[in-house]
Amino acid sequence: MSEILAAITEAGRMIARFDSALFDIVFLSLRVSLTAVLLASAIGLPLGAAIAVGRFPGRQALIVILNALMGLPPVVVGLLVYLMLSRAGPLGQFGILFTPAAMIVAQTILIVPIVAALSRQVIEDAWQEYREQLRSLGASQLTSALTLLWDTRFSLVTIVLAGFGRAAAEVGAVMIVGGNIDGVTRVMTTAIALETSKGDLPLALSLGIILITLVLTLNAAAYWVKEAAQRRYG
Amino acid sequence: MLPLVLDQVSFSVNGRSIIDRVSMEITEGPRTVIIGHNGAGKSVLMRLCHGLLQPTSGSVAWKGSVNGRRRQAMVFQRPVMLRRSALANIIYGLKLAGTTPRECEMRARDVIDAVGLSDVAERPARVLSGGEQQRLALARAWALGPEVLFLDEPTANLDPGASRDVETLIGQIRAGGTKIVMTTHNLGQAKRLGDEILFLNQGRLVERTPVEQFFTKPASAEADAFIRGELPWN
Repeated sequence: MSEILAAITEAGRMIARFDSALFDIVFLSLRVSLTAVLLASAIGLPLGAAIAVGRFPGRQALIVILNALMGLPPVVVGLLVYLMLSRAGPLGQFGILFTPAAMIVAQTILIVPIVAALSRQVIEDAWQEYREQLRSLGASQLTSALTLLWDTRFSLVTIVLAGFGRAAAEVGAVMIVGGNIDGVTRVMTTAIALETSKGDLPLALSLGIILITLVLTLNAAAYWVKEAAQRRYG
Repeated sequence: MLPLVLDQVSFSVNGRSIIDRVSMEITEGPRTVIIGHNGAGKSVLMRLCHGLLQPTSGSVAWKGSVNGRRRQAMVFQRPVMLRRSALANIIYGLKLAGTTPRECEMRARDVIDAVGLSDVAERPARVLSGGEQQRLALARAWALGPEVLFLDEPTANLDPGASRDVETLIGQIRAGGTKIVMTTHNLGQAKRLGDEILFLNQGRLVERTPVEQFFTKPASAEADAFIRGELPWN
């Protein structure tokens, strides 16, 4: 018990004095996951809107597949990306395996389905309400999709943040394609896994505290933004 | 662009007939009010005229000459407002109709003035009251300078005061030279706003009569029963 208390105390100290080893890891984590969530949003939001508004053969199958992919196990994504990026793989020539770029690719693949499937749901609900009005005003499918993306913006923020939470919290994919190399590809989750097994509890704990605080803060902000916006815009 | 000619128009969903072989001509001039029981097909007939629905069989055609783009608009029972300001909602419709940005702003300001909403022009449209939203919906349609305006139960969700405002506004729009075609289940409103009554029963156009005659001596037994049912004190 006293060991745990000592670890927590030491973790608090490391955070308080902005321990550089600790914060390098935090910043790399943020860089990787934020880039991934940006890319995933750039792909997932238009995709969600297109599926919501469009009517094409195979649409229902696509929705089922996207929904299923939300539960993709990170280690499987890691494995697939690893195979693609390894020397012998089809994308091996880029030589990005075991770099932050590879981790960004893996996390992007992991969260595109989340952003696309959830935004499809939100946008399709709005489409039910808007459809006749927009068609009456002469809006094309494309204009309708763009209008709906804008009109559901507050709900979409929450979805994007859910994607970020998933990216920041996963271990499996970044571990496999990043390799957990100290100072290069070590992020919060992989560091926690490693330090715990090594017995360096203070570092693992401080990273855990930061990770949880981060996710909590983001979600609180998302909730607050949505509430405020809903009150203001109806 | 008038007259609008419906020739043997039928509309069915999954084999259930909703509109049954309706032939009629909607001409310039008289205000046309479509009445009938709930489920008689009033709203569907209106949507067929506006072009939101395609007939299962028969044809709907504008026979008059069209100068530039076809100008017709529709206002729905429940106004659908976009999450932006009241003014921006009007501009949205104008933009889709191909109006230049500068003219959009000017026309939108004129119309919002005319419907008495200039005080709330910058407020988010969705937080306006039901009556204000419906007037805004009328303004959005009116701004397009329609030759024909379809109104689907425009006051069904409004309290008496707001209904009066909307009726006044419809009068103004009509005075500007726009042909009014509307449905209502309020017979008092039909008397006030209509010149001719189209009576629908179970998807069939049963009679078409000038308004005074319809309420005193309707041509069909169905319409007679309908009026007695709706106005038991007669």
